[in-house]
Amino acid sequence: MTDTTHGIGGLTFDTKKRALPPELGVALALVLIVAIFEILGRIFMHDSFLFNTRDSVDGLFNMARLKIIILQVSIIGIIAIGVTQVIISGGIDLSSGSVVGATAMIAMSFAQAGTVYGAENTRAVFFTQGWVDLPLAVPLLVGLLCGLVAGGINGLLIAYTRIPPFIATLGMMVAARGIAKWWTRGQPVSFPTESYAALGAGMTPVLIFAGVAILFALALKYTVYGKHTYAIGSSESAARMSGIKVARHKVLVYTIAGVLAALAAIVLSSKNLTAQSGMGVMYELDAIAMAVIGGISLQGGRGSVLGTVLGALIFGVIISGFTFLKLDAYYQEMVKGVIIVGAVVLDQWRQSRHSDRI
Amino acid sequence: MSDIVLKTENLTKHYGGVHALEGANFEIRRGEAVAIMGDNGAGKSTFVRQITAVEQRTSGTIWFDGHDVAFKDPLEAREAGIETVFQNLALADHLNVPDNLFLGRELVRFRLGPFSILDYKAMRKATLEGLQKTGVKIPNINNTIQNMSGGQRQCVAIARTATFKSKLIIMDEPTAALGVQETAQVENILHTLKSQGEPVILISHNMRQVMEICDRIVVFRRGRIVANLRKEDTDGQDVVAYITGAKTQEEYAGAA
Repeated sequence: MTDTTHGIGGLTFDTKKRALPPELGVALALVLIVAIFEILGRIFMHDSFLFNTRDSVDGLFNMARLKIIILQVSIIGIIAIGVTQVIISGGIDLSSGSVVGATAMIAMSFAQAGTVYGAENTRAVFFTQGWVDLPLAVPLLVGLLCGLVAGGINGLLIAYTRIPPFIATLGMMVAARGIAKWWTRGQPVSFPTESYAALGAGMTPVLIFAGVAILFALALKYTVYGKHTYAIGSSESAARMSGIKVARHKVLVYTIAGVLAALAAIVLSSKNLTAQSGMGVMYELDAIAMAVIGGISLQGGRGSVLGTVLGALIFGVIISGFTFLKLDAYYQEMVKGVIIVGAVVLDQWRQSRHSDRI
Repeated sequence: MSDIVLKTENLTKHYGGVHALEGANFEIRRGEAVAIMGDNGAGKSTFVRQITAVEQRTSGTIWFDGHDVAFKDPLEAREAGIETVFQNLALADHLNVPDNLFLGRELVRFRLGPFSILDYKAMRKATLEGLQKTGVKIPNINNTIQNMSGGQRQCVAIARTATFKSKLIIMDEPTAALGVQETAQVENILHTLKSQGEPVILISHNMRQVMEICDRIVVFRRGRIVANLRKEDTDGQDVVAYITGAKTQEEYAGAA
């Protein structure tokens, strides 16, 4: 075993001493932020942030708050999972917010109910009455197809014209927002069928978020797809020389990101019972921020879905915490900005310390 | 079947008016280690780039493994069995040793297209075997490449070529950037590969290394082969004479 404890040049190597996983740091940050809100709450609000203080309800924790924390980030969280794999592959996707807007409009227009409050739905847009009350599969498939096409175009542009992902997805961001407005000439689409409305009702968005997160956590860790995504983000030339079909893989990565943005759009329009062309504005940046806070390196090659989920939870805690402390939303955004930058600074610092250790 | 692994006939490469490689006739047999030496700009790397299809040759023929070949790209050459260790290594920094060894040809449990499930256990096992075969000592194969020294990286790159039953290994100055001890380790691996009968083409400026490892030395000068020397018939000074142009072998006299 002496061979395994000594490196080249007699350098000793302690196999027990490993670098801590970056997710641990994010988890600690989450705990720290919750603790801060808990303490501030006890001092200023004379109430607990996390724990149940009402006699009328059973249970240790304030379940209502916990539910809201996760519910309010689960829709952007779905986008963030897609964005996570894009960033790991060394790219970026700025189009997801606009894809949400366009998909919500288009999917919703196929999900309109024929009757509203017992009367005929006279405000059904775009399609005549013959096209209302369609089965759930229609808006679902149409919506996901929108994401597939948008993401596919992103991927093809990036992989085959070699333009930077920033530019390709910026173009899609602007164009998809245009489509969202053009689809009904700016008019919102409302009154979905019951089956469509069920997708975003109650805690369903959380279940969908959790399902997507688990699926992609497994895919990134245990499949060839995941391994190649990390490899391309780590060193594209190495990936190419190793025989990975880099262009084809990138198309797949961006297409999946588009489909997940579309899924988020369906859940969002269902939850709000309406679709508007302005939906999803800035979602792409929130999604990127969740990933970055969760330790996904913008240089590519590093990070995990677990990190992004923790990043999303940090987002949720901050929003809930500020509401709980009855602070203005202005402060919320300022603090969010500080946390995003802080997360990247910390990560850089951690990385440089890491590489000095050779 | 002859035991010639690779043979080139009149291999020529012109970059516009620059004749970087002119009529190179070269061959390597099974179990042979051949050094390619020459000054900077003599055409050594150009020669390798034509064989591995990093560039397309101007004219000439390449025979590999008994066939007349015309690889479209480096990947095709690699798939045919020519493994090259480039100076820039082609490793993914954030992946560990087994991931890098099997990059692009992962072992899988279930085939599901791009979503095939990886067989980590088998890859780990094969990695340990591959490292053992080449005598590479890596303290912890779960460590990512970015945390490794230059020597360890070079060892991983070489171990990769050895894990996949290549028919010919080409190394472009594998120890140029390494320290004494790291160089020794890489040389150990080369010895091991050679003793297993792997044909190796080694580009190197290190005379001691070449004399120790190789059976034959081919000298390039100004884009042409000027000498083909058996190790027994030559010595360091003699080789240097060919490299600098003080001497040219008779059969290559027209080249100088």
